[in-house]
Amino acid sequence: MSPFDQPYLYILVAGALVSDCWRWLGALVAGQLREDSELLEWVRAVAGALIAGVIARLILFPNGALAETELWLRVLAAGVGFTGFLLIKRSVLAGVLLAEAVLLIGLLGSGF
Amino acid sequence: MPPDGIGRYWFLQGCANVISIPAIILFAAFAGFASLARESGLTLDQALLATAAIWALPAQVVLVGSMVAGASFWATALAVTLSSVRLLPMVVSLLPVIRTQHTPRWQLLLASHFVAVTAWIFAMTRAPEIPRDGRMAFLLGFGCAIMTGSLICITLSYLLLERLPPVASAALFFLTPMYFLTSLTAAAKALVDKLAMALGLVLGPLFFLWVPGLDLLWTGLVGGSAAYCVGRLVRRPA
Repeated sequence: MSPFDQPYLYILVAGALVSDCWRWLGALVAGQLREDSELLEWVRAVAGALIAGVIARLILFPNGALAETELWLRVLAAGVGFTGFLLIKRSVLAGVLLAEAVLLIGLLGSGF
Repeated sequence: MPPDGIGRYWFLQGCANVISIPAIILFAAFAGFASLARESGLTLDQALLATAAIWALPAQVVLVGSMVAGASFWATALAVTLSSVRLLPMVVSLLPVIRTQHTPRWQLLLASHFVAVTAWIFAMTRAPEIPRDGRMAFLLGFGCAIMTGSLICITLSYLLLERLPPVASAALFFLTPMYFLTSLTAAAKALVDKLAMALGLVLGPLFFLWVPGLDLLWTGLVGGSAAYCVGRLVRRPA
């Protein structure tokens, strides 16, 4: 069975319910659970690493139009954007704009 | 809600912040999500439903990625729920800041749905300037407004993409990882969180090539546990 046979089941249960349950649990235990507990720290680390994995996958193995671009250009753009973010007062806007600028210059320069 | 219009005033103040840099970056990232959803074969109504019901861009990207990879229902649910676990500590840290002694439980549950990276950073930084009575209304106003704005951006982006040149759709697509990379690094204060990000960036591609389909689960469990252990060793040298 392909996920696209039952997209709404995937979206509402495997997407929304399994995300909201953590929010509801958080709302119920807020005030009782210490924010610096060991369990929460581990949980935060697992979630952080997983999302970093998503980021790497989107940059190294994208799909759609981005998949047609050169790997080195995407890595260069991400590196420049991230360095800019760190140097310019950790501004998300500066990082995103710099990365986009490098990508666009590279693509337009190569006649993409 | 507190009486005498305080709630309404701060709700509208929250809405007004829909014109702010974090909100605009979020809209652009959702325009990028629309392009991901479209290229992956989701219809427009599915992309909108996923956004309103999940309201966590990383979880949405994991969901769409798993669906495209043809992952089973349970593997998808497990990967999405692992990516969403970080919502728990966000809610746990935010709610005590915005609730009052009389905030009913249903309001806390409702407000928790709006907690995601953007609203969390925004509410945590703005709350101290807002009287406690108005904070819940402010969060709800901001949450409703940025969700509405995001749904509009997804619709426009989805419908216009067909006519966009590939260069523009590649640029839109690139917004999502860059937004995550910078906003999550900005939110990562502790050593453990930074280590987890760095390990995830390195392990993600390796597991993707090695165990495609389960790569995100392994990246999270191995990278996150390693970061946690190193963090503990540093805190309490043996």
